[in-house]
Amino acid sequence: MGEVRVGGQYVLDRARFPEFLSALSACGYDVVGPTVRDSAIVYDRIEKLDDLPVGWTDRQDGGKYRLERRSDEALFGYNVGPFSWKRFLFPPRERLWTAEKVEGSFVVRPEPTGGPRLAFLGVRACELAALDMTDKVFQGGPVADPGYRARRARILKVAVQCGQAGGTCFCVSMGTGPGVRSGADLVLTEILSPGPHRFLLEVGTPLGAEVVARLAPPLSSAAKDEEGLARGIVERTAGSMGRRMDTGGIRDLLRTNLEHPRWEIVAARCLSCTNCTMVCPTCFCSSQEEVPSLDAQAVERWRRWDSCYNLAFTELHGTSVRKSGLSRYRQWMTHKLGTWHDQFGTSGCVGCGRCITWCPVGIDLTEEVAAIRASPGTITTKGGSR
Amino acid sequence: MSIPRRPRLAVWKFASCDGCQLSVLDLEDDLLAIAGRIEIANFREASSAVVEGPYDLSLVEGSVTTVEDVRRIKEVRAESRVLVTIGACATAGGVQALRNFADVEEFTRAVYAHPEYIRTLATSTPIADHVSVDFELRGCPISKAQLLELVSAYLGGRVPNLPNESVCLECKRRGNVCVVVARGTPCLGPVTQTGCGAICPAYQRGCYGCFGPQGSPNIPSMLRHLDYLGMPHPEVQRVFRTFNAFAPAFRAASEAVGEKGGK
Ligand code: SF4
Ligand code: SF4
Ligand code: SF4
Ligand code: SF4
Repeated sequence: MGEVRVGGQYVLDRARFPEFLSALSACGYDVVGPTVRDSAIVYDRIEKLDDLPVGWTDRQDGGKYRLERRSDEALFGYNVGPFSWKRFLFPPRERLWTAEKVEGSFVVRPEPTGGPRLAFLGVRACELAALDMTDKVFQGGPVADPGYRARRARILKVAVQCGQAGGTCFCVSMGTGPGVRSGADLVLTEILSPGPHRFLLEVGTPLGAEVVARLAPPLSSAAKDEEGLARGIVERTAGSMGRRMDTGGIRDLLRTNLEHPRWEIVAARCLSCTNCTMVCPTCFCSSQEEVPSLDAQAVERWRRWDSCYNLAFTELHGTSVRKSGLSRYRQWMTHKLGTWHDQFGTSGCVGCGRCITWCPVGIDLTEEVAAIRASPGTITTKGGSR
Repeated sequence: MSIPRRPRLAVWKFASCDGCQLSVLDLEDDLLAIAGRIEIANFREASSAVVEGPYDLSLVEGSVTTVEDVRRIKEVRAESRVLVTIGACATAGGVQALRNFADVEEFTRAVYAHPEYIRTLATSTPIADHVSVDFELRGCPISKAQLLELVSAYLGGRVPNLPNESVCLECKRRGNVCVVVARGTPCLGPVTQTGCGAICPAYQRGCYGCFGPQGSPNIPSMLRHLDYLGMPHPEVQRVFRTFNAFAPAFRAASEAVGEKGGK
């Protein structure tokens, strides 16, 4: 069998995609990927080709997501949905340790960090960028989160270059997509036409090469044809972004407009429901709580997703330091687009558009930034404490 | 080491359906574990054997609807060290608070063959309108998990960890697909307090607001949004007038729609 090399480009026929799924299993991975559930495309276990959203797409706008039939049988003809990969690396609820009373003292047992090796199938360019950010948050500092680190080390990333942009996508503005630059073990580009339905498959790492090497007969190398088509697909997607954001000097723009009247307008709409932070692939806030047993002989420490929109999240000495909806929306946006730079050296936003689509009232951060940019430095008459 | 006296628990009933008291009984095995650390001194739904007060912890179900209730809740307060209201009736007046928006005499005439035997107040009010309340457990009915947390916090001498966040937070943690965004189904989750585990959205239904208003509900925005989703005003009013109709934020919502008139 011909040697599969990192950097190699191959052609995978659509008809052989089930073999590709088998190759992932054969390499010891449980595949997690896109599947249709409850009127959306979510990420869940993929066992066979039919689990994928074959022939489905999503139409997205502020506060609106609709599944629609495509006129073809594309496997990846949709954009991102309400789930992000963070759910699998930083689970919504997680036990961190258990402690038990033993003979007048107590013993603390950290949570075991075992678990399956997962292949993330269908990771978009914006999502690769988001994974880089959560890596920084959870394992980039002096102390790494043990659960995250252990799960992260077992992940294979099979990326897909977007063949279309969603109605709320703006990865081009954030410099994260739609083309995949680095960080994937394998990169797929779905070619629907001209010619037969097939994929350009690029090998990014030795782990990726191992998967491709399992395919027998071996895949044929890509021709100039496929490479050119894939480039064209990514360019077309880049030209059809649903949203855009001017990010020039954005950190300072926000820092110097903390009293802009626009915050009151958006706060009047914001429900403080937390949905934007739950769906954001980079939001990482959590709360921790002790759950004692009723006989008070043992206790468990749990961590659960939390949000800056939640009044109780900033409770100190029995009262919240961000009482108004205004202060909470402002905290979220100025952190995501501004102070994230100070904290982690990048923007906290990858331009995936989830917060726009999954906000019940369709609040759109690109629109909010544009409004502030249009009349910067405007000071409200009210001001004062909030 | 001296064995400390087990704290005494009492469970009281006012105007209610008994559903929340049944949730206490429903704790089953956990109730046995609790019984090992607490003396269940007065719980008529479970046993007719009653130990005289005072009590360390009183759980109060139901709302105040009669002159007799007004007197009795003061007595209960006087003999309870810690008083916790359980369920929508006790915390917000319950579904029977619908009378607060109407003429109670008209209701009694319509419902009872002999309305002259009925002595009732014109309103159904939460316990906190009459006596001071130390803690509230929301829900119709209450959640068993929250009840256990409350009792365990009481026994541990700590503040119960019972968040007043929105249902949406739990809905997303649970991995539900939002019914508002993906289907255009109206849902009260954004203005409602968590506690149920986001059950309704898990079955593709909008939230009915069983746990009452969340810590910082934005009612005007919610009303505009229900309007945008095409929910007719009488329906909007009805959805806010259920178990928590008299909770201030929900009351404000249904009254605001009322003023706008039908659509
Ligand atoms: S802020 Fe919004 S667009 Fe940016 S990464 Fe988060 S969810 Fe995506
Ligand atoms: S933001 Fe870009 S990379 Fe992400 S789904 Fe949309 S087009 Fe694809
Ligand atoms: S911006 Fe939208 S999703 Fe986020 S808290 Fe406000 S209403 Fe909810
Ligand atoms: S379905 Fe309802 S509770 Fe769940 S996220 Fe949507 S609005 Fe919130």
